[in-house]
Amino acid sequence: MKKVSDCTVNQIIWLNENNFLLELIAPDSLPDIRPGNFAELRIDDSRDVFLRRPFTILETDKTNNTIRFFIKIIGAGTRKLGTLSEGDQVNMIFPLGNSFSIPVKGPVLIVGGGSGIAPFILLAKELQNQGIPITFLFGGRTHQEILLIDQYKAFGEVFITTEDGSAGEKGVVTQHSVFNKIANYNMIYACGPEPMMKAIGNIAHHHNKSCEVSLENMMACGFGACLCCIVETKSGNQRVCTEGPVFNINDLTWQI
Amino acid sequence: MADLSVKIGDLQLKNPVMTASGTFGFGEEFADFIDLNRLAGIVVKGLTPKLREGNPYPRMAETASGMLNTVGLQNRGVDYFINHIYPRIKDLDTHIIVNVNGSTVEEYIEVTKKINKLANVPAMELNISCPNVKEGGMAFGVSCPSAMAVTKAVREVYDRTLIVKLSPNVTAIDDIAIAVEEAGADAVSLVNTFLGMAIDAEKQKPILSTITGGLSGPAIKPIALRMVWQVSQAVEIPVIGMGGIMDATDAIEFILAGASAIQVGTANFIDPQVSVKIIEGIDEYLEQHDIDSIAELVGALNID
Repeated sequence: MKKVSDCTVNQIIWLNENNFLLELIAPDSLPDIRPGNFAELRIDDSRDVFLRRPFTILETDKTNNTIRFFIKIIGAGTRKLGTLSEGDQVNMIFPLGNSFSIPVKGPVLIVGGGSGIAPFILLAKELQNQGIPITFLFGGRTHQEILLIDQYKAFGEVFITTEDGSAGEKGVVTQHSVFNKIANYNMIYACGPEPMMKAIGNIAHHHNKSCEVSLENMMACGFGACLCCIVETKSGNQRVCTEGPVFNINDLTWQI
Repeated sequence: MADLSVKIGDLQLKNPVMTASGTFGFGEEFADFIDLNRLAGIVVKGLTPKLREGNPYPRMAETASGMLNTVGLQNRGVDYFINHIYPRIKDLDTHIIVNVNGSTVEEYIEVTKKINKLANVPAMELNISCPNVKEGGMAFGVSCPSAMAVTKAVREVYDRTLIVKLSPNVTAIDDIAIAVEEAGADAVSLVNTFLGMAIDAEKQKPILSTITGGLSGPAIKPIALRMVWQVSQAVEIPVIGMGGIMDATDAIEFILAGASAIQVGTANFIDPQVSVKIIEGIDEYLEQHDIDSIAELVGALNID
């Protein structure tokens, strides 16, 4: 069941000048939150940032009702969130959207580009609980965009690519040598810029691997009412906020 | 507690607060957040004779105190509504009002005739004001003869309360209101969205896939309020006001300007509980001002 809650900022952890973790405390016990779910945050009560902003849920802790988001500053809304202090109130609608499917057996390859790393901690926890081996591949323009690596290393091997070669292999994620062993993987997950997800989808498609991507289309509401965030699928336009954000690439109409 | 009930045509409303078409789905999307039975009515997402996929993505642009949309009447068609959605919502203790669309007068009639058979849909909202479709929609709502013609044609096949939703994209909205009143409308609702556009200066491209879209939210409220005032002076039938209502004070302003009831639209996206908060806020306002009935407040603007 979806809830609207007035939450309290517990802490903000800056990872670098453009990225931070926002930790909120919910006023009551957390509902069931699945890997891939997101929340809509009300930035403030003013009308400067008129609509809510959707963020993937990075982590949850049921023992103290906290919920964490990985936030990259990209505009006025995310900038304002970065100015919050401990004790401030944030209104949140959650949990929203569908979730990743868990394969019967692994191993799996998880590919994240830029802030597309956010959905994968909850997923990794779930996969680990099921005993499924995970390989991560994260890409960014420079090493400054490669974040949360230590956290991910607790769940499996982590490969990195950067466009400038400042960390890991030089190039974009799809050029990484891990794809030479693509036959080993039973399933691929991807989140990041759309061209990256399409490129990963293309590789998965040609190797006949199941592949799920998490989309982040612009939304007005986030809970199925506005019909603004649609994506074209083989069964017509669907709402990224409700039928998604996770889609199997075979259900999309991508030319891959 | 004050008397919040109002009457629109044959429709008895328990309070003056309805939710606007296209901002509240079919009600079900909000069932986790509020008790839908609190609402006077739910104007469901606009229906057309056949399934419409709507316009391509991107469909939305946030603007100062508002947003632009170009959904383009995406819906699964009137038959799908009747067979699959209506059975799930028909027993709610709120009025289900269907927003009816078409590309031609014949299409409007086709949808209306089907809706007319639904026992628990006591009213329809004839949408002659959608700015985001290539054919029909707003084209009917921007001239008096066409607004009159489609209203008359629908009136002939519809027995229940007929609300006509007006476009603000006209020179004289009061003339359009008079035309649909003469054609047999029981009420008018206004305003639909204002045609607008947004540009990405860096990319030097429009943000919306259709270049233009409909502007809603508090940005349009002063104009909507003026239009509600103007129309309520011009017609005898009840006026349902909307356009940027975010809270009970906004709603009261529309009622003072002459609206018998109001619809909450874009605010639902930001606060899915806002419609119920507005009902409670109106009640508090009446209490504070020692007013027994909301009816006393309709058009009660003091202009001395």
